Amino acid sequence: MSGYSAYSTTVDAAPLGYGEHAGARGHGAGGPASARIVIGYGFWIFLLSDFVMFSCFFAAYAVLAGQTAGGPTARQVFDPGSVAIETACLLLSSFVCGLATLAVAGASQLWTHVALLVSGLFGFVFVLLEAREFAGLVEMGAGPQRSAFLTAFFTLVGCHGLHVSLGLLWLGTMMAQFYAKGFRRNIRHRFLCFSLFWHALDIIWVAIFSLVYLVGTVL
Amino acid sequence: MSRQTESAEEFAFADDSAPGDEASTADIARGLRGYLVGLFLAVLLTALSFWAAGTHLIYGPAIPIAIAALAFAQMGVHLVFFLHITTAPDNTNNAMALAFGVLICVIIVFGSAWIMFHLNHNLMPMNQLLQVQR
Repeated sequence: MSGYSAYSTTVDAAPLGYGEHAGARGHGAGGPASARIVIGYGFWIFLLSDFVMFSCFFAAYAVLAGQTAGGPTARQVFDPGSVAIETACLLLSSFVCGLATLAVAGASQLWTHVALLVSGLFGFVFVLLEAREFAGLVEMGAGPQRSAFLTAFFTLVGCHGLHVSLGLLWLGTMMAQFYAKGFRRNIRHRFLCFSLFWHALDIIWVAIFSLVYLVGTVL
Repeated sequence: MSRQTESAEEFAFADDSAPGDEASTADIARGLRGYLVGLFLAVLLTALSFWAAGTHLIYGPAIPIAIAALAFAQMGVHLVFFLHITTAPDNTNNAMALAFGVLICVIIVFGSAWIMFHLNHNLMPMNQLLQVQR
């Protein structure tokens, strides 16, 4: 790694790839990008494809939000208080996952596990609240089969909830692997992907709580 | 403790970065500051969104637009402070992929809404359609 500093001197009128940033790998001069860069990039592409999939559900919801078939409307079924708590849980979970990233960088077993445990608990509370909300809707006869609006709503929000639930399993796996195998390079790469996944889910939730719940209660 | 750290070199990431960047041991304080700034901005924007949904201070029809604008701002905050998407030279691929992903998402959402609402507008209502078929 220390050898790359030799490339960082600025060369006047340098050809492409040999300028100020030629030391940055992936520009040709420094050789191929490190595994960490490639893994982060590849997982980022996957996350973007996930965003595209969610945008399809958002589009379906936007088209069908008014088609209530005489059933309950968005304003009648959404509870802003519950949504605020869910939002706080997921945001704090994402933040504490960021702190876990720092603990992993500092190679601290204790803080890594504390941070991941707290992050997972916030995520778990989020899933519980959402499950309670869904159960309440089904109980009052506003299940996914009631109207096109509710079908689109359950598909969009349920798909996000499914992602969070699977993410919780992944989080537990990461804790076990850090405990059993330590901060090995490949485990840290896996954790990089997990942290990206967890933060990306919070971004999707921002779109859901704003465009589905808040706009739904306003219109 | 020996299994936790293979070598100090393992943690020297100073020369490259990626989304979800890990901080090296020396950068932990700086990293913590970044996450705290991100959390502060995210909480502020979230609170503003919930406030905007319930207020009468904003012109009613403009409230959904205001909420959407706040949501986009908060997504940007998450991308920068939590996912560490930057425009640094070694991060160009991530930013380019993001730009393409955003383009596709915008086309899907706004394109679908545009087409479907116009279809809805141009189609004959169902009860009239049934009378024509008889």
